[in-house]
Amino acid sequence: MKKSALQQGEAPRIGVYICHCGLNIARTVDCPKVAELSAAMPDVIVSRDIQYACSEPGQHGIKEDIAEHGLNRVVIASCSPRLHEPTFRQMIESAGLNPYLLEMANLREHCSWVHINEPEAATAKALDLVRMAVARARDLEPLQGSRIPLTKRTLVIGGGIAGIQSALDLADNGYEVVLVEKKPSIGGQMARLDKTFPTMDCSI
Amino acid sequence: MTDAGRHPRIKLLTLSEVIDVKGYVGNFEVKILKRARYVSEKDCTACGECAKVCPVVRPDEFNEGLSSRKAVYSPFPQAVPSAYVINIKECLGHNPVVCAKCSEVCEKKCINFHMSDEEVVEKVGSIVVATGLEPYNPKELDEYSYTRFENVLSSTEFERLVSAGGPSKGELIRPSDRNVPKSVGFVQCVGSRSARKGGEYCSNICCMNTVKSTLVLKEHYPDIEIKVFYIDIRAFGKGFEDLYRKSRSLGVRYIRGLPGTVIENGDGGIRVAVENTATGKIAFHDLDMLVLAVGLQPSKTTKKLQEILGLQLSPDGFFLEAHPKLQPVDSATKGVYFAGCAEGPKDIKESVTQGSASAARAIRLMHRGEIISEPATAEVDPEKCKACGKCVEVCPYGAISADSKRKIQAQITQAACSGCGTCAAECPFDAIIMNHFTDQQIGNQVEALLAEAPESKVLAFACNWCSYAGADYAGVSRLQYPPNVRLIRTMCSGRVDESFIWDAFAKAAPIVLVSGCHIGDCHYNNANLWTQKRIEKIRKKMSKLGIRPERLQLEWISAAEGVRFAKVMGELEKLRRQVSAEEIAETVKALAEKTGAN
Repeated sequence: MKKSALQQGEAPRIGVYICHCGLNIARTVDCPKVAELSAAMPDVIVSRDIQYACSEPGQHGIKEDIAEHGLNRVVIASCSPRLHEPTFRQMIESAGLNPYLLEMANLREHCSWVHINEPEAATAKALDLVRMAVARARDLEPLQGSRIPLTKRTLVIGGGIAGIQSALDLADNGYEVVLVEKKPSIGGQMARLDKTFPTMDCSI
Repeated sequence: MTDAGRHPRIKLLTLSEVIDVKGYVGNFEVKILKRARYVSEKDCTACGECAKVCPVVRPDEFNEGLSSRKAVYSPFPQAVPSAYVINIKECLGHNPVVCAKCSEVCEKKCINFHMSDEEVVEKVGSIVVATGLEPYNPKELDEYSYTRFENVLSSTEFERLVSAGGPSKGELIRPSDRNVPKSVGFVQCVGSRSARKGGEYCSNICCMNTVKSTLVLKEHYPDIEIKVFYIDIRAFGKGFEDLYRKSRSLGVRYIRGLPGTVIENGDGGIRVAVENTATGKIAFHDLDMLVLAVGLQPSKTTKKLQEILGLQLSPDGFFLEAHPKLQPVDSATKGVYFAGCAEGPKDIKESVTQGSASAARAIRLMHRGEIISEPATAEVDPEKCKACGKCVEVCPYGAISADSKRKIQAQITQAACSGCGTCAAECPFDAIIMNHFTDQQIGNQVEALLAEAPESKVLAFACNWCSYAGADYAGVSRLQYPPNVRLIRTMCSGRVDESFIWDAFAKAAPIVLVSGCHIGDCHYNNANLWTQKRIEKIRKKMSKLGIRPERLQLEWISAAEGVRFAKVMGELEKLRRQVSAEEIAETVKALAEKTGAN
């Protein structure tokens, strides 16, 4: 069993970044206030609000903080992790941290965009979401994936124009393809068209 | 088409359907049902002698039933593979007394009635879903009299009539009298942009397909009169506006308004009444033929494939992409990509673009020849494991082994574990650690959430793939809901441990929601069935403790159900308002006593 970073004696040093996302978040959530209040949360070493966390200067600033303040956990409160988690994981990895030491709070899709007319309540919620993220970040542990072999072969389901194009591009790039078509011939709907726009030539 | 048929690296399986997919990104095992062709693909030269002697005559589906074919046939002249095929349900059989005429005349002895369907297993690293579309069937929209009048055609039938390879060799003839029509009307948006019938979406191709058809007609029959009845013409693509202008300059009349009534006026003529919404006047148009520009619908195989591959659908029934702008050909399942109309209506150029894009995405995944596994998987704590075997029972992937009789502790195969966390939630001894979603990490979130004014908050657990994504979708759609809810993301609802819920109520949570993918849509096979069982069990225990079970809610919300997510949040807020401070205090006390008693 792995020992957590805390058990190993390393105290969490958390950096918190509240992203404005232009005005997407900042129009509703008082980002400077959330950043200010987050600074008082336990183990938070640095807390800032930034214009665009995902931008080059935004990422660069976070990386500098990691180096300068010896941060070992990063909380980014911005958009959905389903969008930018890979971006920020790469960023902290390039700053020398394990990518799993990142936590995100979703202030855009789950807060500013859905409570547009309630800036105070949205700001209170944003603060809660950051507090939850910081609490979770405190006990995050570094993780390492293992290398798994992969079959260099693709199944294409459907032999219409899209499937044919995909299969040919893959095959021409040296990959094996299994092209499955439920009808007796490939060609799909396209094969039934006499002429096609915009070229007005035949389809096959 | 022929390039795909003869490419040395493309294995073409026709008459085939995917029936099962196992495994995970990089290592899928696909079971394919390959139906028998009854004609040797290798040996058949497509000489056609067999079809000449076949006595069975059937409508030719390739030509929309406007011509006939035999029970042994070639689907169309340029078919790939070119080999003939026998529709065995139509065939009279191989008993020589009955028929077998085809096999008698086939010099190469290609015909084999003993061929049988076979199951093929293929190992692949990635999957491209390009299942295409189904043209809308205008039968249900009978105000256009498609089923009643012979000379009202669908655009797919029209397409075959003007095709050089079609039943009339490219001559446009009326089905009723085989004369060339002097006037043709086109009705746009049939089965599209309608809240009532067909799809609510724009089918994307019908405007330009009609513009194309008018140009083809004007080329063949310069004097033909053409009228197009439309809502608005969407000629948005490169070069499209030119074609539209050309069509107008050739005298094609575009009339803004759809027919209200369609009647037959003798001799197979069609009379349509149309309110021209540009002039506000109602006019009658007498036409020799009326063509319904039908929309596109998802392929019939969509639903089945969605279940097999654990994919998601948009509200319009097409496959849902991982991101509408940034990942237009990725699915939410790693290693599975979309191309063409499977993802939504699109024209040939866009389908080709997506075909290439999906190939590039698949290559991006495969080119290294290995992938790094997701390390957020489960792990056994040997100090706590009692070898009871519960985890083995609940694991949706068969990734855990243990032997309760011989007291062999649980072992997890990391490569097979997908990280749903059901085992960690179900382990009675807390002996399984779900990495990146540990009890401690989630417990911290619950504690932080309820640290201040817990009575004003709703705690919602949401699974990454469906419910959390549904909440994202509500955000993208700017749907407004009460600001009291706070989400905790887990990969699967199966991860939500009973202890998290007791912990939340003990910390004065008024309402707790557990949400996940719909039953049957779970991204971890069927892990959410365990969620359901667990919630039912907890609610019974709540009743016994005098806690209203309504305070624990379970909802299935898909990634496309932003509207439903917002609605559920509104309902939860109503429930929350019904929970009084006294009720919360009693719960906290009851749970403290229970813990004390333990």
